Amino acid sequence: MNGIPNLHLWLLPILPLAGFLVNGLFGRRLPKALVTAVAIIATAIPLIQVATIVARFSSLTLPHVERVATWISAGPFHAGFTFQLDQLTMVMLCVITGVGFLIHVYSIGYMAHEDGYWRYFAYLNLFMFFMLTLVLANNFLLLFIGWEGVGLASYLLIGFYVLKTSAADAGKKAFIYNRVGDFGFLLAMFLMVQHFGTLDYTQVFAQIIAHPAWQGGFLTAIGLLLLLGATGKSAQIPLYVWLPDAMEGPTPVSALIHAATMVTAGVYMVARAHVIFDRSALALGLVAVIGTATAFFAATMAVAQNDIKRVLAYSTVSQLGYMFLGCGVAAYGAGVFHLVSHAFFKALLFLAAGSVIHALSGEQDMRYMGGLRKKIPITFWTMTAAVFAISGFPPLSGFVSKDEILYEAFISPGGKILWFVGLFTAGLTAFYMFRLWYMTFFGKDRTADSEIMAHAKEHGHGHGIHESPWVMLIPLIILAILSVIGGWMGWPAGLGGNEWFTRFLAPVFNTAGLSMNPNVIHAPAGAGSDHLQLILAIVSTLTAAGGWYIAHLMYYARPELPELLAQKFRGVYRMLFNKYWVDEFYGAVIAAPVLFFSRFVLNFLIDRGVIDGAGFTAGATAQGFGSLVARIQSGNIRSYAGWLAFGAMLVLVVTYFVFTGSFMLH
Amino acid sequence: MNGSMTVLRILPEIIFTLTGVAIMLIDPVMPKQASRKPLGWLAAFGALAALIASLYQYSLPVGTAYFGVVQTDAFSVFFHVLISGIILVSALVVLDAVHPDTESLGELFALMSFGAVGMLLMTSGVELLLVFIGLEISSISTYILAGFRRKTAKSPESALKYFLLGSFATAFFLYGIALTYGATGTTRITDIAAGLATSHALPIAVVGLAFIVIGLAFKVSAAPFHLWTPDVYEGAPSPIVGLMSTAPKAAAFAVLLRIAYEAFPQLQNHWMPLLWILAAVSMTIGNLGALRQKNVKRMLAYSSIAHAGYLLVAFTVLSTDGVAAASFYAVAYAVMNVGIFAVISHAGGYEDRLTLIEDYKGLAYRSPLLGGVMAFFLLSLIGIPFTGGFFGKFYVFAAAIHSGMIWLAIIGLLNSGIAVFYYLRVLTATYTKPMDSSPVLNVPRVSAPLCLAMALTVAVTLVLGIIPGRVLSMARHAAETFPVFSTQQTPVPGTASAVMAAINTKAR
Repeated sequence: MNGIPNLHLWLLPILPLAGFLVNGLFGRRLPKALVTAVAIIATAIPLIQVATIVARFSSLTLPHVERVATWISAGPFHAGFTFQLDQLTMVMLCVITGVGFLIHVYSIGYMAHEDGYWRYFAYLNLFMFFMLTLVLANNFLLLFIGWEGVGLASYLLIGFYVLKTSAADAGKKAFIYNRVGDFGFLLAMFLMVQHFGTLDYTQVFAQIIAHPAWQGGFLTAIGLLLLLGATGKSAQIPLYVWLPDAMEGPTPVSALIHAATMVTAGVYMVARAHVIFDRSALALGLVAVIGTATAFFAATMAVAQNDIKRVLAYSTVSQLGYMFLGCGVAAYGAGVFHLVSHAFFKALLFLAAGSVIHALSGEQDMRYMGGLRKKIPITFWTMTAAVFAISGFPPLSGFVSKDEILYEAFISPGGKILWFVGLFTAGLTAFYMFRLWYMTFFGKDRTADSEIMAHAKEHGHGHGIHESPWVMLIPLIILAILSVIGGWMGWPAGLGGNEWFTRFLAPVFNTAGLSMNPNVIHAPAGAGSDHLQLILAIVSTLTAAGGWYIAHLMYYARPELPELLAQKFRGVYRMLFNKYWVDEFYGAVIAAPVLFFSRFVLNFLIDRGVIDGAGFTAGATAQGFGSLVARIQSGNIRSYAGWLAFGAMLVLVVTYFVFTGSFMLH
Repeated sequence: MNGSMTVLRILPEIIFTLTGVAIMLIDPVMPKQASRKPLGWLAAFGALAALIASLYQYSLPVGTAYFGVVQTDAFSVFFHVLISGIILVSALVVLDAVHPDTESLGELFALMSFGAVGMLLMTSGVELLLVFIGLEISSISTYILAGFRRKTAKSPESALKYFLLGSFATAFFLYGIALTYGATGTTRITDIAAGLATSHALPIAVVGLAFIVIGLAFKVSAAPFHLWTPDVYEGAPSPIVGLMSTAPKAAAFAVLLRIAYEAFPQLQNHWMPLLWILAAVSMTIGNLGALRQKNVKRMLAYSSIAHAGYLLVAFTVLSTDGVAAASFYAVAYAVMNVGIFAVISHAGGYEDRLTLIEDYKGLAYRSPLLGGVMAFFLLSLIGIPFTGGFFGKFYVFAAAIHSGMIWLAIIGLLNSGIAVFYYLRVLTATYTKPMDSSPVLNVPRVSAPLCLAMALTVAVTLVLGIIPGRVLSMARHAAETFPVFSTQQTPVPGTASAVMAAINTKAR
């Protein structure tokens, strides 16, 4: 093929699909070891394949496109199963297969005692299939297939504990909120088909680049609709409320889907469609504003949570906000960089939290933890690495990537306010993460008060607090190492680095010759300097240290303080504790009227009255005709022959009329 | 042209003939009590060999053989592959459904092979008389096959009905050929178009075409020539119904396509309204008739009438898209219909233990595999995405809409809506928990040939529903063999496209 190497990209998604089919169809009857083997192999081989692709990456001409099959071809519109590899996809592939594999391994230990082990791994492989399709797609339609598919896998896994009503409800909630976003995405695709006649990345972007005059207008509309889709998938304001509830799923699922990969699909999509956003100041500006606002509000909500996983969930929403902020100031490389480092430390946080929960027989409330430092040391130390990373202490990964975003925000015109909110949020982040750290691992051991643990002990499957098995710990250790050193690949120039990561991605986000919208908030050349970068880094490190200090004061040095403060600022505390009553607000303003409308207007009036009535009438009519048809079917061969002759006569009559008619036309 | 190439052009036909003859020869020398199943395997392997030979024919250059009566081109090979595949799967299904001691089993397999020869000749024949002979070979084989359960009353009755009415329809077809000959002086499909241009008896040609359409409409069970279908399907053994509701119909549709687009493209204004009406009537009568059926096989008979209607919709489009959509639909329909009859043949058996929809209650609980496959094919028949049925309908209706046949598309879509109702009745029955008091539905073990047959049909239906691109481009390639659509800009004098061009310029 003209010297273009064939990487067999289709193998990447197909193997997890095969794993899903094997485990999904026959898993119930297979022994556990075999189920494990199938699921692990179905993710290990893609990981190896990604590694080989990395090895020969520099020899490829990018973007590298591989066509597998034509999928839809209707008139001039074509969409194919076509996969594309470029720097951005490469980064996503590494994250998905790498973190995905580690979490598969971890799950072997975590899910060992659960019913439906096979079902769990089947769904997990299904998720990998769709996620890989999502990032490998080279047109929006195939991306949408992956997009919907990960939503499905997420729904199935959130509701994995099918007997728990709360889990089932959370699954539905996630699905419905995502549908709102998907609706936007669909409309965006319709607009693209209308204006470009295609959904292929290459063709859409080439058309935009070829028309420098296209600024704003319909591109803004497409951008805003895409953004709506991204807010659904990536849990941003206004559609973020599903993510905290999604914690009903097993913890490794929260780590893989609701922290490291699926929820970052929105960021990926915005980065992928940056050509569109670059032409619309409004859409891109809104990305930045939504990102910043989400980062801030989610961080404040995380402060008042007691469930260890919910703290992490709000933290994820908040960190995703940072990524959107990065994209929103047209620093897509920085956004994707934070995506990667976040994948490391947030997956680690969830897995470590899972290890804690595992040790405590399922207890998730931090009020019943404490003093676990000595009892589960490896979990403690790995979690510590993650806490320091997310809080933004140098030289850990979170520091590097978050600071790059804040720096880019600072130097972009009008971005000072975004920077300030981002900085304040960084302080909050340090505060709530160290709050979690102190409440879990330090202070008095409060596990004796836990009802769940007492209950577990009563039933004989309780087993004192113990460290998790090695199959769970090794992924933790690997992720801890990555959380510490992962940021070094993009070490900022201001601190003596070469920013390799952003430069690696630069060809994808190359905006030269793109004729950006002049109004897009984008840093003019030479706005920043290494000097400034260093100062900002020191400021944010100090902020993080401040957050740590307050947490230390409140949850370690003087543990009675939080209670006092909560008493004193009762209103604020209740507002945070109840998460600004957003769920209640949505319930009252959207869900209740919709329910009312569905129950009374749609169900009683339209469905039962009009549709059933019409359906009944139509059904009766159809049945009536049906009986006529049946009566013709007498079974009598003479009458059949008669009908045949009658039909022939009919045909001849029609022919005659058409014939003479056409003669008259001439 | 060298001699070996001539033989290669009818290689699949030769393979089927030899298979049939071999079965006929071996059958009487086998011990009386011995199982006749090995003969079925022989038939299956013959079909497989024919399938491979058909695929091989793709590599032959387009051309005719035996004094220009058969032609191998992308179109005929496309249908060769389809028909050989149907025979292969049907042989496997029959192998699963029959007992070793079923009477005259050898004959059954031989007739299947001989019938296939006729169908293959129909698709590759470009001489109307050869097409007629092919039609007769295929029809007579199916008449006999329909009556194979001799000890029941229904089966011979259905065979007799099929035979009498079929002969009636064949007469129309033959008369149509004669009239065409009278009008154009030729019976060669490729020459008729040129003959029409100079014909002084155009009305006779039009009547001839109408008669040919009547004859073929009977074979594909398009309304109002459909009356035999429910009775015959009900009486014939289920595994045979799977065969005769697909392969001969695909062949008849191929003939209809060839005659309409290659022989009579100039008369397009005449046959198009005719087929328009046939399509609308077939869809409506098929679906409405199916609503009231309690017998699954009768219901599927009406459903096949409706599907013939959907397929006829594609005929109203004079473009490669139309022909490609029709060919694609033929494949999609054939695969899902053979597939669903594989399940019915197994669950109901050769002797029709199960007949009513109610009898299928709880099938999915007795055998999740059979229930699942049944549900899958029902969904495909409805036209749910990710199955071949969806893209089949999609291409047909899309082609109709592109050529401005909006009303026909609307009729078709309304009909698809009605169809959901009766397919779902079977689906819900399959997944209803049987009452304790109801007699236990015994499903015999699923045998290897059936597994193979189901795997093949399910896989092809999925491929058609997920990546239809390859098959569609093959169908489109097949359509391009008709001179009307030939892409070359300078028409060769004397061919249909030259005539078309002449007529067009005259009209302007």
